[in-house]
Amino acid sequence: MAYSEKVIDHYNNPRNVGSLDKNDPGVGTGIVGAPECGDVMKLQIRVDEGVIVDAKFKTFGCGSAIASSSLATEWLKGRTVNEAMQIKNTDIVNELHLPPVKIHCSVLAEDAIKAALEDYRKKHGEQAGTREPAAMERKH
Amino acid sequence: MKLPIYMDNHSTTPVDPTVLEAMLPYFTEKFGNAASRNHAFGWEAEAAVDAARQQIAALINADPKEIVFTSGATESDNLALRGIAEMYREKGDHIITTVTEHRAILDTAKRLEKMGFSVTYVPVRADGLVDPDVIKQAITPKTILISAILANNEIGTINPVAEIGTIAKERGILFHSDATQAVGKIPVDVQAMGIDLMSFTAHKMYGPKGIGALYVRRKNPRVRLAPMIDGGGHERGMRSGTLPVPLIVGFGKAADICRQMMPEESKRLTALRDRLRDGIMTQLDETYLNGHPTRRLPNNVNISFAYVEGESLLMGLKDIALSSGSACTSASLEPSYVLKALGVGSELAHSSIRYGLGRFNTEEEVEYVIRRTVEIVTKLREMSPLYEMAKEGIDLSKVEWKGEH
Ligand SMILES: Cc1ncc(COP(=O)(O)O)c(C=O)c1O
Repeated sequence: MAYSEKVIDHYNNPRNVGSLDKNDPGVGTGIVGAPECGDVMKLQIRVDEGVIVDAKFKTFGCGSAIASSSLATEWLKGRTVNEAMQIKNTDIVNELHLPPVKIHCSVLAEDAIKAALEDYRKKHGEQAGTREPAAMERKH
Repeated sequence: MKLPIYMDNHSTTPVDPTVLEAMLPYFTEKFGNAASRNHAFGWEAEAAVDAARQQIAALINADPKEIVFTSGATESDNLALRGIAEMYREKGDHIITTVTEHRAILDTAKRLEKMGFSVTYVPVRADGLVDPDVIKQAITPKTILISAILANNEIGTINPVAEIGTIAKERGILFHSDATQAVGKIPVDVQAMGIDLMSFTAHKMYGPKGIGALYVRRKNPRVRLAPMIDGGGHERGMRSGTLPVPLIVGFGKAADICRQMMPEESKRLTALRDRLRDGIMTQLDETYLNGHPTRRLPNNVNISFAYVEGESLLMGLKDIALSSGSACTSASLEPSYVLKALGVGSELAHSSIRYGLGRFNTEEEVEYVIRRTVEIVTKLREMSPLYEMAKEGIDLSKVEWKGEH
């Protein structure tokens, strides 16, 4: 399969790879996907006064999954939490020119964004900084 | 060294220049139909086909009359299974095969099941080998055919076919083997291995695409086969259609070169294979060799790289032609069924890369491939949440993942 130039660019020069401290009250973490399915995305945001000031990702997955999460971190930075909720997987599909077989990568990226925002909100709905990230808490 | 590097020789091989040279006259001045019995053009073509048949038979220790030309191994597999099933139906309706066969066998077996035959798919061991005893236990009074792949196309594992052949003979059951990946690479002897039918193809041994053969035993026992393609009665009625003389000439030449070069070539490739495997596996932790360590084709390396996904790995290795067991590289959503049959977990199946060495690969290329693989795996692990979690001491198998599909 041929990749679009934008996917190749994100794959070769991924933006914002890395991790933030998941226990920091200002950080929201989303981990979605499963290793057996061949994709796992971890997306983290740091929020300051309602604005996302930093975003980081790590992804296990194909080139399109890496590109989708890399793009997501770029888009998240500078947005408010409410604006970030508006990001749709179809926006990612259009920006990266993903073919139909790769649409699930964009869906996963949207899920990761939502999970990170949800984790941040949870922390702030309750006592900040006392909870593990959402995906990890159901560990048995 | 020229880029890109071709290291996907289980998929196909380039035509050896000597093979092409032998073929060329048969497209133009020597264009006759091998079935034309009454002029020199036909005789010339027939002689060329006869010579090729001999070269091919010599490679597998068969009689030239036992070679039936087909369009390739897919057709040979179809013809063997369906031809035997139809011809011997009165005798029985049970077929035994294995879970690591090529799709050409598995899909044909599925079709036969729809037609009322029963098929047993025997499992393989964790190293990919078929256990002959398990085949023996699957035999019923209704069993008419056992089909077992000689060398696997993904993991290069070489099955104990001689033992399976002995079992089949003892029980009066026919034995077919898909030897597509083995012929031309390792010694294949249909007598010593007790093989009654065998599929193989020219394009995996430096010959042209579109020509293959089915070996069909003529003595002890004499195997009969219902044809799938009817017509002019070519190939002793088993496969009608005008013979593609240039392709057959190329197939013959390719077989002849393989026979002559095999001792030296397999030694060279084995050394390259071991260097490739060790070069990668000693520099990277958590890498797993899939398949048997030694009972393996001289040109096959198949490694799973934990925590990185195969397609993204191939994307990083874009100047090297390789293949992966990742679902992302295939049409289906499932990762390699061969690896799963070995008990390799889905996540490691998604992380596998197959390196297929060939006649034209050099030591320098192997060194480059080792270096690039180590670089890319390292880079992708830095980017992998799974690697990070594993390093933190989290047991990934105990995590309940969100969004499993
Ligand atoms: C084991 C095996 N059987 C059959 C085939 C099909 O061969 P062909 O391309 O000649 O139809 C292949 C090639 O992929 C193979 O590896």
